[in-house]
Amino acid sequence: MKRTLIYFSIGILFGIIMIKSEAASWFRIYEMFQFKSFHMYGIIGAAVGLGLVITQAIKRFKLRSFFGEEIHIPSKAKLVKAPLFGGIIFGLGWALTGACPGPIYVLIGAGYFPLLIVFAAAMLGTYCYGVIKPRLPH
Amino acid sequence: MNLFTEPWPWYIGGPAIAVVLFLLLFSEKQFGMSSNLRTLCAMAGAGKKTAFFNFDWKQYRWNLVVAIGAAVGGFIASNYMTSGDVGAIHPDVVIQLNSYGVEGAGNVFMPEVFFSNDVFSKPKTLALLILGGFLVGFGTRYAGGCTSGHAISGLSNLQLPSLIAVIGFFIGGLLMNHFLLPYLL
Repeated sequence: MKRTLIYFSIGILFGIIMIKSEAASWFRIYEMFQFKSFHMYGIIGAAVGLGLVITQAIKRFKLRSFFGEEIHIPSKAKLVKAPLFGGIIFGLGWALTGACPGPIYVLIGAGYFPLLIVFAAAMLGTYCYGVIKPRLPH
Repeated sequence: MNLFTEPWPWYIGGPAIAVVLFLLLFSEKQFGMSSNLRTLCAMAGAGKKTAFFNFDWKQYRWNLVVAIGAAVGGFIASNYMTSGDVGAIHPDVVIQLNSYGVEGAGNVFMPEVFFSNDVFSKPKTLALLILGGFLVGFGTRYAGGCTSGHAISGLSNLQLPSLIAVIGFFIGGLLMNHFLLPYLL
């Protein structure tokens, strides 16, 4: 219960950040792909820069969690084709709808209900991937 | 600059996302939002027929809680933490978008042509939203993550597949933005 509240609070923080930083804005995504603004690159760059410090500090100093446990950060599967092909497919959808999987929830909460359509279609897309996964190159 | 009501510059927003990563890692979890779509498919019973969804989804309930929180955060920020101002969009982009019939850049948060409730009666726009959503859901799972899982978490963990995925995001994004959107809008 206590942990559920923690995750819920982190979610609220994330949602506020996505709106306030405008990382969930279709216009900002469009402007990013036009290379006309530093805004989105600054956001992603700063997040990754600081994230790198946090992640590497955890690994190097074997830092412990809030609950006193060792922090385990899983590696990504060592694939080339899947992240490339999958990444391109996601990029096409991202530039069209402006919707990353996180901001979808944020924007629905903010009252942009057409995102419910995007959300349902994204679930269908994930489902179709799961069905044809064995036949795709990875 | 009033941070409570005005849009945040990148140097506030970017570090704030790193705080989210920090809080999740120190709560023994990972920052990755797209896996919720797989969890929801499994919850809906997709595991009965498809091996990919046949796993104990209950261990990922925490991330659904994060997603619900994100919606609540979106509601709070868009209703109570805004003066109505949005950040300026580059004038070239505003002119270009207006010529495509996408208005409101720099004045509203989201383009009405895509995201007002009128679109529920516009088949062409609905088709674009469905197409885009499908690509997002299919692509993120194929790639094994999205902007949070690959670009933020994965790059921070120096994962080569994440770098490949981010390059893929931009190949697909640039293709859509420069070569396809002008015909689709």
